[in-house]
Amino acid sequence: MILNQFLILAAVLFCIGIYGVLVRRNGVLVLMSIELMLNAVNLNLIAFSAYLQETSGQIFVLFVITIAAAEVGVGLAIILLLFRNFRSPDLDQAQQLKG
Amino acid sequence: MVAQNVAFWIIAIAMVLSAIGVVRTSNVVHAALYLVIVLAGAAAQYILLAAEFVAWVQVLIYIGAVVILFLFGIMLTRSPMGDLDLDNSQRMPAFVASLALVGTLTALLVDAFGNSKVVIDAPTKTSVLSSDIFRLYIVPFEAVSILLLAALVGAIVLARRD
Repeated sequence: MILNQFLILAAVLFCIGIYGVLVRRNGVLVLMSIELMLNAVNLNLIAFSAYLQETSGQIFVLFVITIAAAEVGVGLAIILLLFRNFRSPDLDQAQQLKG
Repeated sequence: MVAQNVAFWIIAIAMVLSAIGVVRTSNVVHAALYLVIVLAGAAAQYILLAAEFVAWVQVLIYIGAVVILFLFGIMLTRSPMGDLDLDNSQRMPAFVASLALVGTLTALLVDAFGNSKVVIDAPTKTSVLSSDIFRLYIVPFEAVSILLLAALVGAIVLARRD
């Protein structure tokens, strides 16, 4: 296996995630796209960990997974709050600060 | 090596198609189910790269907990279930931006790493990983524990109704 096949797969997944963040209106779907991006980064870290014969990459992945779980918790709480205030999960509704 | 390569390509194609499904489907619950395929595929890739502990953590935390959290989020925000247009009007610019980024990244990676090979002798022992966490990375570990606690308390404070 060459290193680049993993890195390019991760790059493709990351860009699909970016497309989702830019295009989706529903807040929950935006969070899912962010998870796609975080997973792509994790794949990169694991690939380099195997390439360099080093465990620190895997430990970083464990930290990233923990922080992603915390991020989903807080993110969903924020989207729930948006839903209570605007009666819709669409992020386009939150534009009261727009000049 | 051949068997691993075949497995890689099958899993990679499944992951990319499901990831496109996550960002393209018009049903919110289907998006969550496609996300499960992507996350499981990532776990399988970790096993191919001999990182078995991380692969199981991925299965337990992502597929077990995060996806359930997403399904709760879909339920609580009463996201529309039918086939509706869930996208805003930025489809074209977003497509161009992500395509440009994937092109740039691929060109850079090919230039930087070429045909560097990943050589895997033996799977990473979980005992090595745990002794590293609790010796070298004990301070970040404690910090991340506090962060998790703070995030969960913050989520409860944000979401409670009073």
